[in-house]
Amino acid sequence: MLRFFDRPPSRGVLLALLAAILAACFAIEQFGLVDDYIRFILITLGINVILCVSLNLVNGWMGEFSVGHAGFMALGAYLSACVSVKWLVGANPLWMFPLAVIVGGIAAGLVGFLLGLLSFKTRGDYLAIITLAFLMIVKSGIENISYVGGPRGFLGIGNETSLPWTAAWTILTLWAIRNLVYSRFGRAIVAVREDEIAATAMGVDTRKAKLVAFVVSSFFGGVAGALFAHQLQFINPGSFDIVKSTEILVMVYLGGIGSIAGSVLGATVFTVLTQVLQPLGTWRMVIMPLLLVLLMLFRPRGIMGLREWSWFVPRREFADKEKSS
Amino acid sequence: MSTQPLLQTRGVTQRFGGLTAVSDFSLEVAEGHAHGIIGPNGAGKTTAFNLITGIYKPTEGDILFRGKPITGLRPDEIARRGIGRTFQNIRLFRDLSVLDNVRIAYDSRSRYSWPGAMVQLPSARREEKQTIGACEELLEQFGLAEVARERAGGLPYGSQRRLEIARAMALKPSLLLLDEPAAGMNSAETLKLVEFLGWLRDHFSVTMLLIEHHMQLVMTFCDRITVLDFGATIAEGGPEDIRANTKVIEAYLGEETDEG
Amino acid sequence: MDYFAQQAINAVQLGSIYALIALGYSMVYGVLVMINFAHGDVFMVSSFFCFLLLLVAPVPFAAALVIVMLATAILGVCIERLAYRPLRNAPRVSAIITALGCGLVIQNTTLSLSPYSQRMPELLKPVVWKFGGVSVSSLQVLIVGISVALMLGLDFFIRKTRYGMAMRAISMDRITVPLMGIPTNAIISMTFALGGALGGAAGVLYGMAYPVIGASMGVLVGWKAFVAAVIGGIGNVRGAVLGGYLLGAVEVFTVTVLPSTYRDLVSYSLLLIILIFKPYGLLGRPAVQKV
Repeated sequence: MLRFFDRPPSRGVLLALLAAILAACFAIEQFGLVDDYIRFILITLGINVILCVSLNLVNGWMGEFSVGHAGFMALGAYLSACVSVKWLVGANPLWMFPLAVIVGGIAAGLVGFLLGLLSFKTRGDYLAIITLAFLMIVKSGIENISYVGGPRGFLGIGNETSLPWTAAWTILTLWAIRNLVYSRFGRAIVAVREDEIAATAMGVDTRKAKLVAFVVSSFFGGVAGALFAHQLQFINPGSFDIVKSTEILVMVYLGGIGSIAGSVLGATVFTVLTQVLQPLGTWRMVIMPLLLVLLMLFRPRGIMGLREWSWFVPRREFADKEKSS
Repeated sequence: MSTQPLLQTRGVTQRFGGLTAVSDFSLEVAEGHAHGIIGPNGAGKTTAFNLITGIYKPTEGDILFRGKPITGLRPDEIARRGIGRTFQNIRLFRDLSVLDNVRIAYDSRSRYSWPGAMVQLPSARREEKQTIGACEELLEQFGLAEVARERAGGLPYGSQRRLEIARAMALKPSLLLLDEPAAGMNSAETLKLVEFLGWLRDHFSVTMLLIEHHMQLVMTFCDRITVLDFGATIAEGGPEDIRANTKVIEAYLGEETDEG
Repeated sequence: MDYFAQQAINAVQLGSIYALIALGYSMVYGVLVMINFAHGDVFMVSSFFCFLLLLVAPVPFAAALVIVMLATAILGVCIERLAYRPLRNAPRVSAIITALGCGLVIQNTTLSLSPYSQRMPELLKPVVWKFGGVSVSSLQVLIVGISVALMLGLDFFIRKTRYGMAMRAISMDRITVPLMGIPTNAIISMTFALGGALGGAAGVLYGMAYPVIGASMGVLVGWKAFVAAVIGGIGNVRGAVLGGYLLGAVEVFTVTVLPSTYRDLVSYSLLLIILIFKPYGLLGRPAVQKV
């Protein structure tokens, strides 16, 4: 993978930067430094980054075409809402909320595991279709469960998703996925994309690679869903349909497949565009896919397709002569 | 010195529907040898490789490596046991770097878990550093250290072939399967290849099984040769025996006619 | 028994429409190995074509059918030329995304122009016949009849004409076929035209059967037809028809025993189950990969 800037920063600089971001988020939240609208957008941005980078693991690094990511979001949203509204109601949100999010992630991860099993024998278009079926099954399944409100939706979810929490989860997701990608598992996943037969001949356990990709991807999809539920405080099956999945797909292919910086970029551009084009009403959803089509014609891999910003790349990846400090 | 052959196939037959690609393929490769497989195109040579490396499961017969059966194992399991291979049409991970190509093969010996990777456990970081070091050293030995971080697909053809072999060697295999390593080479290049293969065999103590069409290479380098035609083994022996074998000559050149 | 027969007729009607749309997906997949995600929305927009046509010029049924089929065929070819052809040699994913994008553009343009559903003006006055306890409307007979006629016509075209043979050849080997003097681009455009025409017929017939039409039809009905095509084995023309009627039957009979909210759940679960046991659909065949 090619570099964008040549010099990665030292670990100290990176940590200081992250601490500054978190501190800023705390300050904003505590002292109400931005108005509610901006705060809402920032939280949405964080959630979108998590959605985008997690889907990118399967669609970008592994090269498949999953259209079911909204389904993992739904699982995370509903399970976390059950935890915070029905099962652990009244508990201290300081530990209850992260637990709810983790439960949402695990629920999504378990289903992701099943999807990963299905991907052993099925690739390409047929796997895409299976993910579509999965999405529809989750959506219509939820519609038939009155315990979570069925088609009318789940009301009364607490407003737990704060700016600091979102920032923390976003940073955690980016860090964890970046670590995975630059490990032997990330290389295995990419090898599966490049040439599965050659990969197995080189000792890569491709089945494990696929499982890891799906489980991690779906886990963080669920995390995003949990944050989403506790931001909007109301969720219904309609929030997690093919339109939602398509939005996440747009972010991934816009920003760039197989790139962490690309995921952040795609999520940011998408979130901003969605707000900027708001006055256009439904015409907004004509402009955006049109831009996507144009993008595919001229830059099929996305803005940062398969390229990475050096700040996201571990220092050990650089040749000795490239390291600065 | 063990007398058990490193690799043994017994009565291996592969049928695809009505077509028998390989029939009753019985082969023994002694440790330390270079064993060649030759035959006209379509004789089933690459199929034999695919059977040995587990990409196909034989319809009949079994395959033993170091005396233990490997029939029906997955290709990655077989690779981890110490059988490496290259492909007829180079199958590098073209969009990845040279270093990544080698690392992917070397990774099979790493032990750290994926949660460990995600939270950067010290053991994971240590194994990663070790992998980079070992692979850079391997590339150095193959003369590819300069291009370690370049895109594999951008290398010249000869370097790509060398990289594919380096990648297979990263598995630290005891048996290396080479599928037409001299493809596309002229006589001068082929001579260099023979030197290179000799170096491989001595430096890494690896047993080799080669598919080749270049008779020069096969005759000078291989200790034993098996000849396939239409999936069946028509001859086996040392280079001298094969060179004089009438069945082999017929298979390649056709039968002698009265005018001949 | 009567109730069962009544539902069976409904199933055949719905199945016919699914089959007509599914054929479009399968034919395009056959020649280009590409899922034309825009096809469902092309079907939807053809209903609106019909609606607009009748608003402007109330023509008789046969004329409306032909005009809409023609218009939709042209739309199909336009999409192919403008959006798909430039990506013929690009990574597979780009084509799928472009298809999705085109579908979204069509769907949301229609939604923006017509935020509310429209009611299709009546094209025919149906006659209802009663056989014992079962009533059959002439409309249903017409829908099924026209669908079957179109499908038979397509089958004949594919199996007995040169163009059909060219289509089948391209679906087997896209690279060498042009070297044999077959104008691949023209045949591919023709495939899209045919798929579009059938989708257009489906749009008219659907509008007659269920007169309330809306922009979300592409996703609600069109994607179901896609499911049908996959169930039958995408790329396989006979499979599309089989899948269409199978799905129609499943949907109609599901609603007789379960609440209507279960309909999608059952349809998509059926798809998943079939794909687990027959990964290429009921009549599909895998592409062979040489190692």
